[in-house]
Amino acid sequence: MAETESYPPIDPTNFDLIVVGTGLPESIIAAAASTAGKTVLHLDPNPFYGSHYSSLTLQDLVSFLNSHSEIPKTNSLQSDDTTIVDVNTRPLYSDVEISSYDDSLEEHSRKFNLDLCGPRVLFCADLSVNLLLQSTANQYVEFKNIDASYVGDGNGNLMNVPDSKSAVFKDKTLEYSEKNQLNSFFKLVQGHLEAVKSVDVVIDAEKIISDDDLESPFVGFLDKMKLPPKIKSIILYAIAMVDYDQDAGESCKDILKTREGIDRLGLYHSSVGRFPNALGSLIYPIYGQGELPQAFCRRAAVKGCLYVLRMPVISILLNKDSGNYRGVKLVSGQELSSDKLVMDPSFTITSSKCLQNISKLARGICITKSSLKPDISNCLVIYPPRSLYPDQATSIRILQLGSNLAVCPSGMFVFYISVVCDDALEGKKSLHAAIDGLFSVHTDQTDSNELKPTLLWSALYIQDLIEGSVGPVVTTPTPDGNLNYNNLLDATSMLFKKLYPDDEFFPETSNTDSSDKLEDDSEVVLDS
Amino acid sequence: MHGRPRKSATPVDENASALKAAKIRSLQTQFLQNHHNNIYTKEALELNAKLLETNPEYMTAWNYRKLAFEHNLISQSDAEKADSDHIKSIIDEELRVVENALRTNFKSYGAWHHRKWVVSKGNSSTERELKLLNMFQKQDTRNFHAWNYRRFIAGLKNISDEKELQYTTDMINDNFSNYSAWHNRSVLLSNLLEKKAEGYFPKETFLTEEYEFVRNAVFTDPDDQSGWFYHLWLLDQTVKVDMPVMVSSWPPCDSDINLPVASEVKFPVVLYFNEPVEGISSHTVIVQIEDDVFKDITWSPLSTNKFGCGQAWVTHLSIPHEKFNFSKIYEVKIKSEDSRGITSLSGVPCSRPWSFAFRVSVKDVQPDEGQSFGRIMLTDESFCTIDTNLNKTNLLKSYFELKTSDDDQITSSKWKLEMIDNEIAHYRELLTWADCKIGKLTLARLLMAYDSMTSSATPIAHVEEVLQLYSELMKLDTPHQQYYKDEYSLVLLKQVTSSMESLLKHCWQYKSTPSSITGSICLRLNSLSLSRIGSIERLLWVQSLDLSHNQLHSIEGLEALQLLSCLNLSHNKLASFTALDPLRFLKSLKVLNVSHNEIGSHTIDTRRYQCSSPMSHTIDYDPKFEEFANGDAKLVNFWEAYTVFGGLNLMQLDIVGNVAVDERFVSFLVKLLHGLKWLDGEELH
Repeated sequence: MAETESYPPIDPTNFDLIVVGTGLPESIIAAAASTAGKTVLHLDPNPFYGSHYSSLTLQDLVSFLNSHSEIPKTNSLQSDDTTIVDVNTRPLYSDVEISSYDDSLEEHSRKFNLDLCGPRVLFCADLSVNLLLQSTANQYVEFKNIDASYVGDGNGNLMNVPDSKSAVFKDKTLEYSEKNQLNSFFKLVQGHLEAVKSVDVVIDAEKIISDDDLESPFVGFLDKMKLPPKIKSIILYAIAMVDYDQDAGESCKDILKTREGIDRLGLYHSSVGRFPNALGSLIYPIYGQGELPQAFCRRAAVKGCLYVLRMPVISILLNKDSGNYRGVKLVSGQELSSDKLVMDPSFTITSSKCLQNISKLARGICITKSSLKPDISNCLVIYPPRSLYPDQATSIRILQLGSNLAVCPSGMFVFYISVVCDDALEGKKSLHAAIDGLFSVHTDQTDSNELKPTLLWSALYIQDLIEGSVGPVVTTPTPDGNLNYNNLLDATSMLFKKLYPDDEFFPETSNTDSSDKLEDDSEVVLDS
Repeated sequence: MHGRPRKSATPVDENASALKAAKIRSLQTQFLQNHHNNIYTKEALELNAKLLETNPEYMTAWNYRKLAFEHNLISQSDAEKADSDHIKSIIDEELRVVENALRTNFKSYGAWHHRKWVVSKGNSSTERELKLLNMFQKQDTRNFHAWNYRRFIAGLKNISDEKELQYTTDMINDNFSNYSAWHNRSVLLSNLLEKKAEGYFPKETFLTEEYEFVRNAVFTDPDDQSGWFYHLWLLDQTVKVDMPVMVSSWPPCDSDINLPVASEVKFPVVLYFNEPVEGISSHTVIVQIEDDVFKDITWSPLSTNKFGCGQAWVTHLSIPHEKFNFSKIYEVKIKSEDSRGITSLSGVPCSRPWSFAFRVSVKDVQPDEGQSFGRIMLTDESFCTIDTNLNKTNLLKSYFELKTSDDDQITSSKWKLEMIDNEIAHYRELLTWADCKIGKLTLARLLMAYDSMTSSATPIAHVEEVLQLYSELMKLDTPHQQYYKDEYSLVLLKQVTSSMESLLKHCWQYKSTPSSITGSICLRLNSLSLSRIGSIERLLWVQSLDLSHNQLHSIEGLEALQLLSCLNLSHNKLASFTALDPLRFLKSLKVLNVSHNEIGSHTIDTRRYQCSSPMSHTIDYDPKFEEFANGDAKLVNFWEAYTVFGGLNLMQLDIVGNVAVDERFVSFLVKLLHGLKWLDGEELH
């Protein structure tokens, strides 16, 4: 730990809200609270923004994954009216496994911007894009679109995902009958979603899918619509992005209902063509996902939020009588008071119970010198359940990104892999299966038949999944296993509502100008 | 833009539009002043540009710019003339104004037109025009102004059809629901076909690829009609015979006809083609009786429109009186002389020579004239089944023989059949899961196309299926019922006329002694729910025709039946006198029954024109009518009936049971038709 003198004193010492950690949920809360006129202090013990949502250089990534920094203990001093509780760190990462097959990568370390929470993308019509527009944080981020998505099988084939009418039309692998079935289903869903929105009840009633169907499992509904397995798998895992094997029956952990499945399809389709210059439905921020928390931090800063990095909080001050939160003690020794405290999930206070049976997420980052498909730089690959090995229970998602997104040196490609799992063993098994399916690991000579990219470097790790909670202090959720931020943003806005029930979460500006822009959607900058 | 609901105006919008209107009015006043005083200064042009940017629809303002453009080019100084940059800057300025106007309204006729005008003056860069087009075609992929302009630029700048074809592929790949892109594709492919460009000739390969391409569209979304329209074009490209062909004639090839001799021996000769043609004359067709070539023969088209063309052409031949010889059989030969002079309406010559011959004998019969004319009954009781030994059936036979021999020449190549067979299989499959109207219609068309190619081998194999499809369509798609009904009728008639056996089933013999008017056989196509007439090429021999109790709304096609003397059209849906127009050509018609139709129930025949007037009629107004009406105001309204019946020599007419028929009309008819013996069952004296 550095000398106390190196920590600057913070002035003022009283705030409406103190936020610890600069992950996406914390940054959004800081920005929303600042926008609502609160005085906010935003702290992070790390020297960078983004916490577990950050994008880091190769070196920083490795050291962050392995860090188990302990916060110095105070001797739980008691004063008359205050209980002082130590803050403990809770490492989110375990089973970290770094493999390097090419030493030259180290020289380029600083040219990488590797996501801690990958694979992650934004759907053009999803909540995060809406929130960026609504909060005007979008002015700090630029996006490019993901060029393609594929479904992989055990034999190394990657099949295009026919995800829209024009993609179905163009597809070369589907039978004519499959084209008809797939697009008919798209139309059915579209008709339903339009009819639900429509005012013309009488005309549109017949297009609405019955409540019975909506409450039943989506997989059953697809069967009812007589869709063959291949089409079902595309819809479930490559468009609705379902995790668990929906055909596993009783043993499936999370059965997707038709209502939710249809909403996911709707989100996917409304994403296609929302922005005239984005070709597909998915976009990715240039310089990495870490740009998003930073954008909200900048937004918060504009609204008066105070930022201090490299500033750990060592303990929490509670009211002795009520047990209510009153302030924090910093590593510098300074005590600050605030009405509310928000902390990222890697911090716990000793008094709070340790969570048991935490669910896990296996993540992997791979680096190669070639792309999976010669002409495609950025793409998504889905391995549906049971596609790689018989007892593969969940789908594995892989995101390939090229240097045009400024996440790696030119001529290289970064892959993010993730899979939800019960334990590290199962998770690693899935990651390895995907890696074996996609890459070759021969370092020396490669036989000419081998078209797979050669693996240069990989990092595999298990991340704990912790949901947000409200206690004397508010804890934000860890990055989840989804491809987009929708669930995280829902959780975040719920937390904000609990914190400030009377304040709006990023109120719509009455300025007609900005609402116009929202409608014609020219606001999100896509660099093409 | 398509499919985007219009928002109702808010008070703010209304204010804005009021302001805009005021601005336009003020600009307009100033502009018109400039225009009237021929002021073409820089300031005046700027003012005009401002006006056009706010209101690109103002044609006068565009015209003013054209005047100014030419004025400024002429009046420039010699130094400026030498300076090509100066001209370029004038043109660039024009293009800039147009572009700004298009940004206001990318569907402005005036703006696009002005751009064409300027660009055709030369000096503009292709690159810039294509960039502009890409922008507007991205904004609205179905903007037909932009597509039109694209074709113009491609032509002006010699952009290859292949390159443009690739552009349509890209646009269709983006969104295949794009009529404009499919249409442009058909235009480009037609060009390439015509040029017999490499890779597009023979058309087999490209057609296979195109069928596959469009199949992706119609299978992906069978309810999207744009692909189906393209498919229809492809089908047409596959089956169409590349040039006009003479398909049938009266008298038929190699037949013997027997003529009664009156004062002269005169008989019609009819040439029937697969499509309307023009250019039939004594120069293009040689008529030879025995060894004499007839030079001064006039052929006239049998067509209710007056464009000098027709599917059927007629001339009347007579054997010169001095050559009469009752024991003699005259050999008549008709052949194309310079068949390239005979062309389809699109100018394709009938380049395959043809000829046919028949024999004419003359018999001496007492003329009917002295005898009294008994009413001819056309009810079931008047007929009995046909005696197949009648020599008339021999004549009939020659129609089917003629057909087969001719068929060999237009036998479709194997690949066409395979292609269509393949398409049939695909669309049968589609219809097993998609109940789609246009899919059914396409299948019906494919099946008929297939049958028409194979008809010599397996006649009309799919007719039942096609009829079934059309019946389903009538129920499924009531707004287009009439179309399906018409198609149904044509297919049914094809079936009836497909073989001599099936045709004979509809031929009945008169019980009474055959008169020269009725002939011995009556073709009875009654009570078949027909709504229109087809397969005329197989019916040219018909003298008596019963079409009663059908749903005919049109009798187009009957004009080619030059022998027709006895026609029953009672109990149909003929709604006006103009619907009877084809009768004008039937000079031998003696007996006509149009009773119980709907003539007069619609005051105006909207099929022909919106406003009923002699001036708007397709045939020339006959000045004799005024003479006939002789100022009788009551008769003036009957000019339509006059044009149809005026030239006919009817002896028996039934017209009762039509709204238009009243006492006044009956007396008009009696006055008009001198030869009429029976009117609505009453004998006239």
